[in-house]
Amino acid sequence: MIMERNEGSKAIVLYLHVHQPYRIRHYTIFDTAVKHDYFDAAYEDQESNERILKKVAEKSYLPTNARLLQLLNDNPQFKLSLSITGTVLEQLERWSPEALRSFQELCATGRVEIVAETYHHSLAFFYSRAEFETQVDMHKRKVQELFGQTPQVFRNTELCYNNDVAYWADQAGYKGILAEGWDPVLNWRSPNYVYRPSYTSNIRLLMKNYKLSDDIAFRFGDQNWSEWPLTADKFAGWLGDEQDATNFNLFMDYETFGEHQWEESGIFGFLSHLPGEWLKNEHHTFMTVSEVIDNNEPVDTVDVPQTITWADTERDLSAWLGNAMQTSSIQALYDLQADIIKTGDLVLIEDWRRLQTSDHFYYMCTKYFNDGDIHAYFSPYKTPYEAYINFMNSFHDLKFRLSEKGITV
Amino acid sequence: MLGWELPPYNSGGLGVACYQLCKSLSKKDLDIEFVVPYKADHGIDFMTITAAHPQGVSEVIRSGIAYDSYKYILKDGTEEYLDIYAQVQLYEHAVAKLVEETEFDIVHAHDWLTFRAALRVKEVKGCPIILHVHSVESDRAGGRGNPLVHEIEDMAMHAADRIIAVSEHTRKVIHREYDIPMNKIEVIHNSIEPSGLVPLCPDNSYRYLEAMKAQGYRVVVNIGRLTVQKGLPNLLQAAKKVVQYNPKTMFLIVGSGEQYYELLTLAAELGIGQNVLFTDFQRGKRWRDAYAVADLFVMPSVSEPFGLTPLEAIGYGTPALVTHQSGVSEILSNCLKVDFWDIDEMANQITAVVQNDALRDTLHENAYREYQKMSWDDASHKVEKLYKDHLAVAV
Repeated sequence: MIMERNEGSKAIVLYLHVHQPYRIRHYTIFDTAVKHDYFDAAYEDQESNERILKKVAEKSYLPTNARLLQLLNDNPQFKLSLSITGTVLEQLERWSPEALRSFQELCATGRVEIVAETYHHSLAFFYSRAEFETQVDMHKRKVQELFGQTPQVFRNTELCYNNDVAYWADQAGYKGILAEGWDPVLNWRSPNYVYRPSYTSNIRLLMKNYKLSDDIAFRFGDQNWSEWPLTADKFAGWLGDEQDATNFNLFMDYETFGEHQWEESGIFGFLSHLPGEWLKNEHHTFMTVSEVIDNNEPVDTVDVPQTITWADTERDLSAWLGNAMQTSSIQALYDLQADIIKTGDLVLIEDWRRLQTSDHFYYMCTKYFNDGDIHAYFSPYKTPYEAYINFMNSFHDLKFRLSEKGITV
Repeated sequence: MLGWELPPYNSGGLGVACYQLCKSLSKKDLDIEFVVPYKADHGIDFMTITAAHPQGVSEVIRSGIAYDSYKYILKDGTEEYLDIYAQVQLYEHAVAKLVEETEFDIVHAHDWLTFRAALRVKEVKGCPIILHVHSVESDRAGGRGNPLVHEIEDMAMHAADRIIAVSEHTRKVIHREYDIPMNKIEVIHNSIEPSGLVPLCPDNSYRYLEAMKAQGYRVVVNIGRLTVQKGLPNLLQAAKKVVQYNPKTMFLIVGSGEQYYELLTLAAELGIGQNVLFTDFQRGKRWRDAYAVADLFVMPSVSEPFGLTPLEAIGYGTPALVTHQSGVSEILSNCLKVDFWDIDEMANQITAVVQNDALRDTLHENAYREYQKMSWDDASHKVEKLYKDHLAVAV
């Protein structure tokens, strides 16, 4: 029945990911055991979270949300999904309440769905299932508090996905889960349908159409790209011509709008015009992640024994866990779990959690060519080694704080 | 005397050694004129310090370490940056000009930077020249090093009347690298002036390490440039073994250099990232405190002409482990000694000290007794005698 209703109709599933980490300041061994303010860089420093948050709010969150709200008001069919990490929500509350309000206004339309994830944007799934579940729960409660809705669809940090993640999310009661539509996983199949993950009962899998998503997120402002300049009608035309599709999963960082692609590139004009161009055809619509799952039966089962992510040309975890500095420092951090939790010291536990944010390990990445330029753009540090030293000194300070409580690690 | 630097404008041990030697020599019946390639107030009153400015240059501004380019401000106000070879050449010309108006008996030149100038003086004046070798190119660079520097050292050492090596180790290197007869090379060891050591202030800068020591951790420190001849990769390999036996061992690496990132990565790859702290280059209190916070100082050098740092460590209360491939190992009895390549033995000895405070304390107690007797006077006696021998020959 559902299939009949959707015969010939196609939906854009726009999903934007909002995140800011707590970056570690230039934190030396001489600070260790003296000051515990790892995340409090001076305002003018590269690593100042306050300065960066305010800049991104001004360049991206406020102007983009203004346009999104306008689009929601102008087009009753326009819908989108957002994931917003706990770490960015806290920073918005503290440093840009007006930007937080603008997100709340979007949600108040009833046509913006919030996606579940870990509060601290961590890789905890791979290191501690208990910690992972705590962070997912923390995030759920924060979303309920701020947006008055309970997430139904799950995404893991950086779209880290494998059969185990899907199995967990299925057991946890989510109706859907998001992943990269990576060719070696899909083979001949198209990402433009709803799928079922292997070994699951009820959950559905939405896979990112990375070609179309990256046209916007990465290539939009590239004047050497053969399709430059990309206009809304051209892009809507490509999607309209595609016969093999029920849904186009356009998944990307929210900061694409105004931060990764600057205002001067014309990205806001593109965003403002896309719904109008797309909705010119009566069979075209927008859906949130839950809606597309509710309205489409899965066409096939997708088996993903290996872990895939949405990063870099490898689409694996190597951007975060690709060298010894990364693997040894993250393991060291999770090795503290039992002792940290045991203290019941909420400030200490929170600092430990903030250090779990995957960005810290991303900054330590040494894959310099091809992907390296992207990494350099996103890192506040001059070198991955500097990132590692700051992280390890903070780690040692956690150990010191434990030792002050009589716990020797 | 021809030199390249003096404290406080020194980049390393060369300036300190020249300063201490001259200070001790000045107590004798000698007049020293020390010629450096730049103008600065060193606050030194026991000898004459002359800036060898080439004609047309009014000021030389040093940018950093000895091997960097210097900025030369010419008399007409224009500026010029010169690399190390150009500076060596300018220094040579300036010294040649200087000696035309100066009376002296003997030329004593320190390290290759001044050797061309020394040769020029010998050519012009025919006086004896003594070359003082604090390090040779292969010590600094590994392998043969820079061929231009190698050539200057080769030529100068053959032409010299006498060569002073700062250790037996260096004497052998000179013989091996430049085929200089052993009897032309006199060993005069460097030393230390215990009275010159800046005292420690309370509140060690490494508060974390102090706290961990209270928890039963022990600290091993190295201070120096992170460069190939210092042998740090071997220390990290040994550290891995030490940590297997005694996980409560921390290694503190103080310094910077071209191996910095390589060593960071190596520590992580060896799985001892949690046990190795890198502080980058430090001076002053943090530099002194690094010696003081340690339970053992390790100098794992592959080739070390002398090596002052273990003596400083002892002065600040910490026993030392040095390699046999260092000059200091020839004059210090109460310290641990290994071959730089013997990682197992290095690990064995470090483990012994970090697991046994009595060994640490005894080692230091005896080393400190040796240290307190040290002085540059012995070295200056030998240098004075050398001067006299050559002047007697000349007369």
